[in-house]
Amino acid sequence: MAPIGTIHYLVTAAALFILGVIGVLTRRNVVIILMSIELILNAVNLNLVAFSRIWGLHGQVFAIFVITDAAAEAAVGLGILIAFFRNKETVNVDEVDLLKW
Amino acid sequence: MQEIAQPGMEPVATTFFFYFLSGITLVSGVFVITRKSPVHSALALILGLLAQAGLYLMLYAPFVAGVQIILYAGGIMVLFLFVIMLVNLERSQKEEQFNKQWLIGLLAAIALGALFVLVYVKGKSLFPYRIAQPIENSNTQQIGVMLYGQYMFAFEIASLLLLVAIIGAVVMAKKRI
Repeated sequence: MAPIGTIHYLVTAAALFILGVIGVLTRRNVVIILMSIELILNAVNLNLVAFSRIWGLHGQVFAIFVITDAAAEAAVGLGILIAFFRNKETVNVDEVDLLKW
Repeated sequence: MQEIAQPGMEPVATTFFFYFLSGITLVSGVFVITRKSPVHSALALILGLLAQAGLYLMLYAPFVAGVQIILYAGGIMVLFLFVIMLVNLERSQKEEQFNKQWLIGLLAAIALGALFVLVYVKGKSLFPYRIAQPIENSNTQQIGVMLYGQYMFAFEIASLLLLVAIIGAVVMAKKRI
């Protein structure tokens, strides 16, 4: 087998990204969509840290900021979910159609 | 590929650990997007995050691995589990799990995957094999120097972002404002 280079990590991150995109596009449950978004962010983080091995520590600092951002976004997204669930008693995104005309 | 080998710090069984950890990450990713119960998806995501922390350790990034375990697997996923418990999802587990446009979404994701494969095959010469990694036992110090020096502004903005997110989440989840 070839020695593990940067490209191996990049392919893993790309596959994780594709899985997250499939999760966002095909599921109905809002919580699972939010978890698929976390998958996408993790794939990006893996890419950043894989490149930081070659180009210096900037990738790791950026990855820390991405994790911070993911925490803030998960908190706000789940707050929205709770507020919506209190009104409509459903967690399916198909039924979020209050603004539909 | 030239590894900078410090005395006594030779990497061991890199191939096995890489395939093992990335296999766990990808399989748990598949479990996240296909399980019917959100608790199963959350637990699979926690396993994937821990395996990814192992991948960060293989990439000589111990501080990011520690932040991933503490913040991501130990903070964000616990928040997800709390909200799953608050929002009673029993009824939604009996309904249809995939939405009406699942086929188009799958095709779009496969097209994106084909684009990734094209980029990685054509641009293989762009990823050099030189490894310029910093000395391992001062990784946290160097990240700290960069965070408080070069990235000070982004650091302060990130703390402001967290403040705004806290206020927003509390206001939105209250019963009466």
